[in-house]
Amino acid sequence: MSTAPDTRAFDPTAAGAGSGRKILQTSLRPARVILYLLLALFCIYYLLPLYVMVVNSLKPLSEITAGGMMALPRDWTLAPWQSAWSTAQVGVEATGLRPYFINSIIMVVPAVALSTLLGALNGYVLTKWTFRGATVLFGLLLFGCFIPFQIVLIPMARVLGLIGLAGTVPGLIFVHLVYGIGFSTLYFRNYYAAFPTELVRAAQIDGAGFFRIFWRILLPSSGPIAVVCIIWQFTNIWNDFLFGASFSDFDSQPMTVALNNLVQSSTGVKEYNVHFAGAIMAALPTLLVYIVAGRYFVRGLMAGSVKG
Amino acid sequence: MSIADTANRPGAVDRLRDALPKLVLSPTVAIVAIFVYGFIAFTLYLSFTDSRILPSFGWVGWQNYHNLFRIRAWDTAVSNLVVFGVLYIAICCALGLLLAILLDQRIRAEGFIRTVYLYPMALSFIVTGVAWKWFLDPGIGLEAVVHGWGWESFQFDWIKNSHMAIYTIVIAAVWQTSGFVMAMFLAGLRGIDNEMLKAAQIDGASTFALYRRIVIPQLRPAFMSAFVVLAHMAIKSYDLVIALTGGGPGTSTELPATFMYSYTFTRNQMGIGAASAVIMLMTIAAIIVPYLWSELREKK
Repeated sequence: MSTAPDTRAFDPTAAGAGSGRKILQTSLRPARVILYLLLALFCIYYLLPLYVMVVNSLKPLSEITAGGMMALPRDWTLAPWQSAWSTAQVGVEATGLRPYFINSIIMVVPAVALSTLLGALNGYVLTKWTFRGATVLFGLLLFGCFIPFQIVLIPMARVLGLIGLAGTVPGLIFVHLVYGIGFSTLYFRNYYAAFPTELVRAAQIDGAGFFRIFWRILLPSSGPIAVVCIIWQFTNIWNDFLFGASFSDFDSQPMTVALNNLVQSSTGVKEYNVHFAGAIMAALPTLLVYIVAGRYFVRGLMAGSVKG
Repeated sequence: MSIADTANRPGAVDRLRDALPKLVLSPTVAIVAIFVYGFIAFTLYLSFTDSRILPSFGWVGWQNYHNLFRIRAWDTAVSNLVVFGVLYIAICCALGLLLAILLDQRIRAEGFIRTVYLYPMALSFIVTGVAWKWFLDPGIGLEAVVHGWGWESFQFDWIKNSHMAIYTIVIAAVWQTSGFVMAMFLAGLRGIDNEMLKAAQIDGASTFALYRRIVIPQLRPAFMSAFVVLAHMAIKSYDLVIALTGGGPGTSTELPATFMYSYTFTRNQMGIGAASAVIMLMTIAAIIVPYLWSELREKK
């Protein structure tokens, strides 16, 4: 949320293990042992829910209800995954989570692409073609990132109805685009602010126009911030629940809403193993992004909160 | 000085060229004007009307706000938010600081450990909610497991207990966000000058004094950011409650966000729902606006 000029300013993941202090080392060896023990203990704390989800998604229901939640499966099985994916009862129909997973993908891709593109253009204008009131405008834009979305639910429901997008995936794309612009603009503005304006001015004297400068000079060096922005938008939009729950119908629900319906459905036996498999499916895309590009994920988080 | 000024020549083409940057920005300006500020104004207006199942425009003055504060469920939601918010922010900050200090000791495999501490932040609150919902369920989760280990009298039924259920929300929320707070503090720690610490160490300061007197005071900006981020997340908390407890047992874990949703969309009290949304916005604005103000001013 800060307007820190540079999202690369500080990146704790970039710093290797060598950059820390070693204050505790001056005391004796046992201190180091306790230190590592504590760190390991916290690793267990953070990994425990993931462990619970994974092992219980691979065992028959009877093993869970018999009090074996912590144990490894005795009978390994993929049946809960098959069920969660294609046959489980989600709401009224027994379709599994597959159609909703597809909904989420159809929703996320255009929303992320469009909001990132708009954010890049906005950041370019706000830093290299500034005008009076640009800072105020940016402040207003930034505040829009942090409003509780409850304040827009009622009018948005009306507007989506009026333009015929109520209860559709394009409607959700629209909503995510609208409320995603603020953050993407923030990222690109702060990144371009550190970009030498002299280069832009020189290109302009050489006769290059507005779009040419953007396309040839700024965009080619925007790789890192584009990755940060795309990851942030992807994670936020994929994980959104409020808009999905408010503005979708049975056949346009995103993954998070469908998962919640699967778990909360009160009919029949609670198939915990299927719930866990479904939860992992909903978590997998963002988790994968985090594991593959964790450094950019952290940069995005930090740019949204820490002074540079 | 902006570059646009240097290209200030007459002619239609040139004028278009000068207007181009603003033209590019205009869709965003329109979107923000309508969908953020216009919508806020609309909801604010609705909070003074007799809207029930649909928006309607009969003016009722402060009636909805009067009623809102007389509804017991709102009372519950607000006091839950206070309990949840205070514990959530305090525990996240304490845990985050502890983890950051522990990790700042030239730890082997620091990168790996950091990744482990931070991954919950990539998950949806619905996923977190599902995992903790069943883990804390006395029938199959922790309580049943400990019983299975032979400790028959062990009891942990907070999630089913209307006095304790709000604390399960704290547990799950802290699990999700504390790694993020750790990363913020770690960034702050890495910005502290090593020389000063060495000097203090040579002067014989104890490790504890070193942190209390030198390191932690310098983390003030990180504390500030953490507070703003966590407070704003606490007020907006919705998904986690829905997934973990559904607001129950009874209404014991309702928060303002869930209250607003149920009054607006399932109880058909849109006027009251709008009033509660306005109060949520005001609370967040009271935290965010001064913060943004100071950040934007500093830049000048």
